Amino acid sequence: MSDFEKKILEFKNRLNSTQDSKEIEAIRTDIFSKNGFINSQFKKLGSLSEDEKKTFASNINKAKQELLEIFRSKATEVLDKDLNEKIKKEKIDVTLPEKEFKIGKIHPVSQVIDEISCIFSEIGFSVEEGPDVENDYNNFTALNTPEDHPAKDMHDTFYLDENMKTLLRTHTSPVQVRTMIKGKPPFKIIAPGRTYRSDSDQTHTPMFHQLEGLHIDKNINMGHLKGCLNYFIKEFFEVDKIKMRFRPSHFPFTEPSAEVDIGYRIENNKIIIGEGDKWLEILGCGMVHPNVLKNCKVDPKIYQGFAFGIGIDRLAMLKYGINDLRSFFECDYRWLNYYGFDPLDVPTNYRGLSK
Amino acid sequence: MKFTKDWLDVHLKTNKSESQIIQKLNSIGLEVEKVEPVKNELSDFIVAKIIKANKHPNADRLKLCDVDIGKKDTLKVVCGAPNARDGLLTIYAPPGSVIPKNGMKLEVSKIRGETSYGMLCSESELKLSNESEGIIDLNDKYKTKIGKSFFGEKKGKNVIELSITPNRPDCLGVRGIARDLSASNFGKLKEPRKSKVKKNIKHNLNIKIEKNKNQACSIFGSCIIKNIKNTESPGWLKNRILALGLRPISAVVDITNYVMFDLNRPLHAYDLDKIKNKITVRNSKKGESFKALDNKNYTLDKDMCVISDDEGVLGLGGIIGGERSGTEIHTKNILLESAYFDPSTTRKTAKKLDLNSDAKFRFERGVDPQSVTAGLDSAVELILEICGGEVSKFDVKQTKKLKNLEIKFDPKMVSKTVGTSINTNEIKKILSNLGFTVKTKGKFLNVKVPSWRPDIFGEIDLVEEVIRIIGFEKIKSIEPDKKRTKPTLNYFQKHFHLAQRSVASKGYLETITWSFTDEKINNKFKEKLESVKIVNPISSDLNVLRNSLYPNLIFYLEKNLNRGFGDQALFEIGPTFTGKKPGQQITVVCGIKKQSIDEDSNLKKNDLVDVFHIKKDLVQSLTELEIRKEDFKVEENTPSYYHPGISGSIVSKDGNLVLGYFGALHPKIISNTFGFEIFLENLVEYKAKNKKTKESLAFSDYQKSDRDFAFLVNKDTKAQDLTEVIQNIDKNLIKEIKIFDVYEGENIPSDKKSIALKVTIQSDYKTLDENDLTNISKKIVSTVEEKTGAKLRS
Repeated sequence: MSDFEKKILEFKNRLNSTQDSKEIEAIRTDIFSKNGFINSQFKKLGSLSEDEKKTFASNINKAKQELLEIFRSKATEVLDKDLNEKIKKEKIDVTLPEKEFKIGKIHPVSQVIDEISCIFSEIGFSVEEGPDVENDYNNFTALNTPEDHPAKDMHDTFYLDENMKTLLRTHTSPVQVRTMIKGKPPFKIIAPGRTYRSDSDQTHTPMFHQLEGLHIDKNINMGHLKGCLNYFIKEFFEVDKIKMRFRPSHFPFTEPSAEVDIGYRIENNKIIIGEGDKWLEILGCGMVHPNVLKNCKVDPKIYQGFAFGIGIDRLAMLKYGINDLRSFFECDYRWLNYYGFDPLDVPTNYRGLSK
Repeated sequence: MKFTKDWLDVHLKTNKSESQIIQKLNSIGLEVEKVEPVKNELSDFIVAKIIKANKHPNADRLKLCDVDIGKKDTLKVVCGAPNARDGLLTIYAPPGSVIPKNGMKLEVSKIRGETSYGMLCSESELKLSNESEGIIDLNDKYKTKIGKSFFGEKKGKNVIELSITPNRPDCLGVRGIARDLSASNFGKLKEPRKSKVKKNIKHNLNIKIEKNKNQACSIFGSCIIKNIKNTESPGWLKNRILALGLRPISAVVDITNYVMFDLNRPLHAYDLDKIKNKITVRNSKKGESFKALDNKNYTLDKDMCVISDDEGVLGLGGIIGGERSGTEIHTKNILLESAYFDPSTTRKTAKKLDLNSDAKFRFERGVDPQSVTAGLDSAVELILEICGGEVSKFDVKQTKKLKNLEIKFDPKMVSKTVGTSINTNEIKKILSNLGFTVKTKGKFLNVKVPSWRPDIFGEIDLVEEVIRIIGFEKIKSIEPDKKRTKPTLNYFQKHFHLAQRSVASKGYLETITWSFTDEKINNKFKEKLESVKIVNPISSDLNVLRNSLYPNLIFYLEKNLNRGFGDQALFEIGPTFTGKKPGQQITVVCGIKKQSIDEDSNLKKNDLVDVFHIKKDLVQSLTELEIRKEDFKVEENTPSYYHPGISGSIVSKDGNLVLGYFGALHPKIISNTFGFEIFLENLVEYKAKNKKTKESLAFSDYQKSDRDFAFLVNKDTKAQDLTEVIQNIDKNLIKEIKIFDVYEGENIPSDKKSIALKVTIQSDYKTLDENDLTNISKKIVSTVEEKTGAKLRS
């Protein structure tokens, strides 16, 4: 056996016997590096005859191929072995807590306002707003509620001056007045917002939310009112059928006026909307009183239409099973987290109102 | 308004049941609020069963009974009756009840050492008969009635309580309710009984309505009744008074109350012998005072309507009578008043004096001015029947002529309003049944409004009358049009909506807090604004409109801290007030963040909230609202409620609009808490003015190079000044500037700091060579040194 063959055999043995990545690297340097075995053999070629050169060169190349193959498989083997050992050591307790991700929440009232806007958007209503501070004229007088009338007793008003001329609006109806005075008919609006009454007990808070609706055009009648509310309630509660009843009532700013009840029943302590034989009052509505139209510079001989007012908080309570109105405004961390909505959960027409 | 079915029967001949009537009342606008069993003096007495009649341990003739009163547990009752035995059905009186025979009020008591909870009754004790030998022995029929009221059950009567809307004073009397029902085909309204009383004696009291400015009284009817024997009311009357929730007092008082609830006709009875000389109805003088029947003294203002005699005020017209002339059980002669007082004046007076009464409630809504004599008739008949006596002729003083309103009514208006065609004959029938006088005049109806309907002014009111009787269920529903002509949300509303969800997505919980707050806390946040005080706040700590969202947010944040939640981020989007006029309000988004310091948690130490976290949240939300970094600058001046050194304001590039603030809140207000505010109107205004269309995207594929610089600057130099100068050197070549270190301390003069930044340079047209890069680098250094006084650190 030539020295060349001996050396090759030696390398083969070294490769075969090792399991150490450092040794593998050392062997690689010894064989394949610039000054390694293979290159040193090629350097010898210069001193050989043409015939010898040819044979020896082919021997070197053969040996190089052979060693390269063994080296590659060995290197892979050792790397795999090392990685497997490393992986074995890397086992962690995946039941440890995940990194905290803080997503905020949208208040149920805001969510419900978006749901309502979404529903009314579909039937052509646009959103209007008005200020929280109102004058007595917009809040009462223009709405056909005269000075010193018992109808005012229904609203316990917060006043900002002793003359009782500036006040916190007791309902969203003044937005009707503002909208009609600044625009030209037809009007088809909803107006959600904060409203205030000096009342605080189990079921009343000094601030709450209302949604005003107004549709004035040349031939809008109570049939339209019924259809509109029926559509809204069905969409809002996401049910196919709804039991609804209109009861005559009195509001100074509408005539005829009605209160609307929806049918419900209680099942396993949960309220089921749309069926059953119990009635729940959810909104007030009616045909806009001609006096209101006149006060807003709209000619009641040409135009007529309906208005309605809904308690938003009440709707949110019903739809999402929240029992206590006061809890809406108490900002309890647990409550906000539990009843709040994911900000990505935007109500839309095509995806649906709620998840 | 309360009434019972049998009371209704006085006015309405109907074969409808109580439950049918209740349903009908609801559907014609007389909302039934409650239906409750009639409470009378006897409803406490309930059917009970003796389960076991044990011997009393300490008394031979007494028994200690276990009594079943329909509750879960039986009761121990001591009883001396010989017939008390196991299984006996009898009547039980609980503690608190009053025994009719002797008026004794029962209490839980010990009888020979054994506690007795109530009593088992004999017939005589309940005034059922004179039988007093032993307790009542009920037959087997009562087996199913254990626990139910003995008397109540027998009669099965309910009180129906209506919530009458303020426009319908006529239904504050049972007759008005009966009329509405009869118009709804629910029976026939009975004709009022013709009075057969002979009015023989002379009305010799002088009565005068003074001509005063805004005199509230326009009719004063009265009669004198002499030689009555005032007494306790008979049972039927007492029961009606009790059904109303009132206390029976005496026949005369009970009768005036009865007529008020029967006909919506308030009356007042004076003790004639206590009236000095004559009656004058006049406006009060300021400072006059009197003691009213509620035992309180009232000092009057100018121009309140009083009934007076020569000695002074007897009572407030239409509101309350005075003590001085009140009737008593021994009253012999009375003056009965039936008058009309103006609603608005009555209301003003009562409001000023904070006085409420059933009469006032009616007069302020409008009593039928033509019911003066009918009211007197009805009361006189009852008084004579129950108390005897002789009555005078009625004296009616009237200062104004009454005229019934007439309305020219186009019946087509009904169909036009409700959208469903209604026959004119039906309209006429309904109106007639409601008491309107209807005459056809061509295409129109001439409708005369009855005097008891002060709520009817015009055609639309008649439409309502017709449709409420016909029933809203007859109106055909019309499907809404799915057509949109205007966008649902306007430009501002879209930003409101986006801002709300943008901030929530940064980990903040949305809250809704009161628009008012505690003035003391608000003062710390109002800066130059004036407090907007509420005249009648719900409580003294919610007495001003908020000038900032912080006061309430901090209040609730601290509440949550006390509940044990250390890490919190809350926000609110809503109005703050800049003045007390309508419209003086702005929309603010305010976020607040607090982190509890947890010394033990290493994980947390690496992620402590500081001002740059809150700035990150704010800047990211602004970016989402499309206000980008290049659109605003950061300045140092902030309101006093922020930490002066750790806060900043976000200002429009032109410096004119404040878009927001951020920073640590002032430690004197709350420690270790960060917050931000966005002023939405300013933001939207700024954005609308600088509307940009998005340019088409062009990016360079030529090589980009980074160059690092460290500048030595004065300590108060702001990083923003440096980056701005560099950016402006060549906006095309300088693609990005990143600050990666700020250093103060060793090797640096104490009034200086070092800011290290990485500038990314890239051309859109070529690969920059070493020469180009050197040139731009040199330019960066020289410009920064020149413009900011910085020195490059070598």
